[in-house]
Amino acid sequence: MTQLMTEDGIRCDGRRVDELRNISIKVGVLKNADGSAYIEFGKNKILAGIFGPRDVHPKHMANQDTGILRCRYHMSPFSVTERKNPAPSRREIEISKVIKEALQPALILKDFPRTVIDVFVEVLQADGGSRCAALDAAAVALADAGIPMRDLVSACAAGKVADRIVLDVNNEEDQEGQADMPVAMMPNVGKITLMQLDGILTPEEYKTCLQTAIGGCKRVYEIQRKALMEKYFQNGEQ
Amino acid sequence: MMDVKRRYVIPGDIIVTGPLRAEQNVYQDGDRIIATSVGISEIYENAVRVIPLTGTYIPKTNDLVIGKVVGTSPLSWEFDINSPFIGFLPAQDVFGRDYSPTKDELRQRLNIGDLVAARVANFDRSRDPLLTVQDRDLGKIESGELVEISPSKVPRLIGKRGSMIQTIEMATKAMITIGQNGWIVISCEDPEGLLKAIEAVKMVDALAHTPNLTERVKSMLGVPEGEYNDTIND
Repeated sequence: MTQLMTEDGIRCDGRRVDELRNISIKVGVLKNADGSAYIEFGKNKILAGIFGPRDVHPKHMANQDTGILRCRYHMSPFSVTERKNPAPSRREIEISKVIKEALQPALILKDFPRTVIDVFVEVLQADGGSRCAALDAAAVALADAGIPMRDLVSACAAGKVADRIVLDVNNEEDQEGQADMPVAMMPNVGKITLMQLDGILTPEEYKTCLQTAIGGCKRVYEIQRKALMEKYFQNGEQ
Repeated sequence: MMDVKRRYVIPGDIIVTGPLRAEQNVYQDGDRIIATSVGISEIYENAVRVIPLTGTYIPKTNDLVIGKVVGTSPLSWEFDINSPFIGFLPAQDVFGRDYSPTKDELRQRLNIGDLVAARVANFDRSRDPLLTVQDRDLGKIESGELVEISPSKVPRLIGKRGSMIQTIEMATKAMITIGQNGWIVISCEDPEGLLKAIEAVKMVDALAHTPNLTERVKSMLGVPEGEYNDTIND
């Protein structure tokens, strides 16, 4: 087992306990999609593409009162060290569902009855916390597609590693750590849209862990904001 | 000139707090008014709106749109109007009230692939947009070049009281039909003028959010300073 944290609180990849990995987001990278974004979240490399609002096929899925949201999270065969079967796995189906449910409260789908918004997330390289990174990219891509949103969705994980609460759990810490808690929220509205917890935390630890993750979300939000501003206003704040 | 405050916003940005009216692309949460799109926020006369910089076309009654025929049914044509919804043009609108599906052939008038300038006669949440060609300057488009721009940038291409489009039309002597859905047909007898006009329209699409765009378009088209100069400052 690798040592996850040194005595003075430095983690296996050299970060402090409250430090995020390097994040960079590019908006509008795909020409054929209505909206797109590419995120590098530490070693995660994820592409998100949006189509829609568009006609629903199969037709019976259409809702007369509101638009619907569909989401696919997919890992490329080369995204992990051992080839991954490209067929959707149990894990990918679950993550597709939670991403959809984390994005839905932010979208104003009532404006587009009888249509669908398709979100495609492709993980090119995975390194722990990919559902959070995927959500971050998908939210920015939705804004790029011009879909009305109440707020962006920012996501970040926190966890417990070597008996300490840490921000933004990476792959090694996820595998061998004690807990992992991905959180997504709408930072301006102040509402949480995704919260999962894998592991055991005491009630106090739970509170600090959640607060740590929320702090991370807010920092991710600033990066998302900067990426959108760069694309649309060449960063010229008025 | 009324007092207009502008700011760049992204979804979730709180534009203003106070008793103001929420218009396009914003929503009200308590007394906060929040943007729902990437764009430029405007506060004017107690109202707040966001001019979006991206997004699809949502039909509005009375909009002029340019549509492409994608299909026919016995009683109507179906149009692609660059929107999530399909436009319907009833056959009676073209053939008159005595239209009979057994006697008249829809495809002889408008075939698949034809471009048509039409007006949105009716549209609401529960049904697809109904089009009409019963007005001046509407109907089949016989010639011209189709240019696609982002529908959210159409107001910029028109400019304040048509300033931008007049500038382009006068400088290139081109005829420009702007569909609110972002499809634009440009026709011009002079091929040079046509190319210039297409370039100008694409320039507006690419630089829609930047200030002094009319001036830049003028210098690109080689319009001398001071000519057709109105006091519009954007």
